[in-house]
Amino acid sequence: MSTVSMTVNGKAVSADVEDRTLLVDYIREHLRLTGTHVGCDTSQCGTCVVHVDGKAVKSCTMLAAAAEGAEVTTIEGVANGDLHPMQRAFNDNHGLQCGFCTPGMIMSGIDMVNRYKAEGRELDETAIRHELEGNICRCTGYHNIVKSIAQAASEM
Amino acid sequence: MSEGIGASVKRKEDKRFITGKGKYTDDIRMENQAYAAFVRSSHAHAEIQGIDASAAEGMSGVIAVLTGAQLTGDGIGNLICGWAISSKDGSPMNMGAWSALATEKVRYVGDAVAVVIAESKDEAQAAAEAVDVSYSELPVAASIVAALADGAPDIHENAPGNVIYDWELGDGDATEAALASAAHVTEMDITNNRLAPNAMEPRSAVATYDDAEDHYTLYSTSQNPHVARLVLSAFYQVAPEHKLRVIAPDVGGGFGSKIYIYPEEIVCLWASMKTRRSVKWTAERTESFLTDAHGRDHVTEARMGFDADGRIVGFKVSTKANFGAYMSLFSSAVPTYLYATLLSGTYDIPAIHCEVLACYTNTVPVDAYRGAGRPEASFVVERLMETAAREMGKDPAELRRVNFVKEFPYQTQVIMNYDSGDFEGNMNQAMEAADWAGFAARKAEAANRGRLRGIGMACYIEACGIAPSAAVGSLGAGVGLWESAEVRVNPVGTIEVLTGSHSHGQGHETTFAQVVAERFGVPLDSIQIVHGDTDKVQFGMGTYGSRSGPVGISAIVKACDKVEVKVRKIAAHLLECNPDELVLEDSQVKVPGTNKALGWHEVGLAAYTAHNLPADMEPGLKEGAFYDPENFTFPMGCFIAEVEIDPGTGKTDVVKFVASDDFGVIINPMIVEGQVHGGIAQGVGQALLEEMVYDESGQPVSGSYMDYTMPRAEDVPSFVVEHHNTRCATNPLGIKGCGEAGAIGSPPAVINAISDAIGNNDISMPATSAKVWAAIQASGTGMAAE
Repeated sequence: MSTVSMTVNGKAVSADVEDRTLLVDYIREHLRLTGTHVGCDTSQCGTCVVHVDGKAVKSCTMLAAAAEGAEVTTIEGVANGDLHPMQRAFNDNHGLQCGFCTPGMIMSGIDMVNRYKAEGRELDETAIRHELEGNICRCTGYHNIVKSIAQAASEM
Repeated sequence: MSEGIGASVKRKEDKRFITGKGKYTDDIRMENQAYAAFVRSSHAHAEIQGIDASAAEGMSGVIAVLTGAQLTGDGIGNLICGWAISSKDGSPMNMGAWSALATEKVRYVGDAVAVVIAESKDEAQAAAEAVDVSYSELPVAASIVAALADGAPDIHENAPGNVIYDWELGDGDATEAALASAAHVTEMDITNNRLAPNAMEPRSAVATYDDAEDHYTLYSTSQNPHVARLVLSAFYQVAPEHKLRVIAPDVGGGFGSKIYIYPEEIVCLWASMKTRRSVKWTAERTESFLTDAHGRDHVTEARMGFDADGRIVGFKVSTKANFGAYMSLFSSAVPTYLYATLLSGTYDIPAIHCEVLACYTNTVPVDAYRGAGRPEASFVVERLMETAAREMGKDPAELRRVNFVKEFPYQTQVIMNYDSGDFEGNMNQAMEAADWAGFAARKAEAANRGRLRGIGMACYIEACGIAPSAAVGSLGAGVGLWESAEVRVNPVGTIEVLTGSHSHGQGHETTFAQVVAERFGVPLDSIQIVHGDTDKVQFGMGTYGSRSGPVGISAIVKACDKVEVKVRKIAAHLLECNPDELVLEDSQVKVPGTNKALGWHEVGLAAYTAHNLPADMEPGLKEGAFYDPENFTFPMGCFIAEVEIDPGTGKTDVVKFVASDDFGVIINPMIVEGQVHGGIAQGVGQALLEEMVYDESGQPVSGSYMDYTMPRAEDVPSFVVEHHNTRCATNPLGIKGCGEAGAIGSPPAVINAISDAIGNNDISMPATSAKVWAAIQASGTGMAAE
């Protein structure tokens, strides 16, 4: 067991966890932030994406201990008061159905818009589809997810 | 009305999902919760010689190790298939015993043998690894061919030769005679590939036993919690219905895989009683591949005969269907009444005969997956139409046009009676949207880039809202397939609608509310849809088979009818007018052109204060209804796919996809189009990417997302979705249903496009790069393009 401390959604948190504890389990089971999901065992599906020090990370692929001292943002922490433009875009464009992949999609979407803006690149449909390689959705056929991210990209 | 029928209202339920506040089963944590881990067979077929749990029982955190002997000893019953199908000779289907924990024999890799209950998930899994099961391996039959071969091992004693049933529908003699007289007969061997459903939320269960009340509560990833309660109670003897509450909270997709009641739910309930602890189990993804009911897996020989003018004269289909190791809940109905009954397609076919041989194999059970039988039928019909057109040198669209059913109602030769449609209208709309006429230029342009471009069409028809109950009962169904609803108007005028339908992505909380808002002329936000809890909703048959629109909404309409009658009587009494003079709009009940009006909330209040009601009227404003449809509904449509293929690699890209659907009356076009998008992506996945593969020894070799190719965003294009709707003639709002259509019509459209591109009809699903490349080599088109 080790004591792991980090900042999650702006709050300092600390817990004693087994060394093998994954970041996603720390978030879901220790912090009880259950918006971050687990959809596979192989880091393919992307339902567990969170931001660690501002970058999108699959939290099933990182040990909690590796996030010691990090700034972590989960789906519960992206909105600053009202909805984040990415959240609103998913509602505006019917970018979700069952909602299970949605937090990961939103976290990946925010990260992709931030990166492209920082690099001055255009995030067009082809780029969005390419960037979604690591996020699987079984409900929407991606059509409205792509539209949602494109809308948010124009607003963020 | 901007919020009523036909409005693309944004979803009411979205907020909790986009903010991470959805409540899925695995998000629930009970006090005193323990965790279950299953000990699963690593053999596809073996006798269990002994289970030694002593090491596991001594491990850290272990509360109990429970086996099948204890389960059956406590009187827990076997899992059953709920639809009885008889063979041609009248003999009943051969249903083998399925215990939630195997006792004498295991029949597929993943078959549960024992369960460990421990304080933590990690401790439960570690102890499950330590349970020592000794097996004596048996010969394996992991495919249809192996199971039906001479000398194949019998998987169940009571199913000799592994045959479950040998069933038929239609007129065999008339069909053979028609084929003998045909000017042209197209023959094809068609495989419908085995798929894993892959809802993104893995299955999960949290069971709690309250010994003071002798009462159980089950949170479950279920598409139909009431059916789960019924089956758990009546057949598995877990608890009587009044002592069992089943709650299906937010459920992360189903696609059929969450219809069934699986061993894990039974075991968690039973284990919660044994250990006096809440017991949680959540599948890992590989466990999902190993245990969720798979879909499709048909092998078919088909012959379609045409006269000299291209009119179909007869259609013969012989299908072998893989059921896996046990008969899942609705498995028997899928390749029979959900498949053979759709083999007339959108066409007027005077003679049809279908034979279906269902067999056991040493694989996970197979049951309904999005479309369930109808995609398989659509694939057979539409592949034959396309191939026949090429063989006869006819335009595929024109061949379809000649054969379309054009007058309604139309009685097919395979039970179904189509009530409505304009099949040519949908085809014309799709061809225009796809710029069918301009395809030759696009093909030439692609050829200049060294790419093979092809176009393919599919005109699917399907059947939703399996019904009526008496008819399906006569065909073997063990349940009625109606739906229930209750509409409660509160004293302040807000409304709760309790429905037996279950939403796991379909947007019922919005769509159902739109229907009620329009009906009563009240704001959408004043309506709450309640579902998914057997303690709240009296009964329901759940959501599958695209039934929530045509059946679930119809029940709500029927309950609204009763509420409206009472509202009119109360208002007429208070306003001293005739009930028929009143209109319900703008949150008022009023007589137009007068100052006689009551607020909607005033009527609600009057009903509950009961100070001044008509004589003999009971207080309150709450009505329930059960709706049993008079017929199936028949959504149909025309899908057109365009593909481009790299002849050097066989890599296929779907570059354009157009859908024109007839869903009858549409409540929320945005949600309906979303359903079509998702269905098309699943169909493109089946056509190009997905296959659940077992090796000869019955080991699954596509048991994770590393091996099983799920469609990603780059694998599909943006879709063009249009509607050309005709009203359903058999339910109150004219709704046909839309949930499965995309997955039904898209596989043949994509494969037809590939065969068009490469000039080779011999291409099977999934059309992987290797297969397409080989087919190009066989047809020589690759050279031509270069």
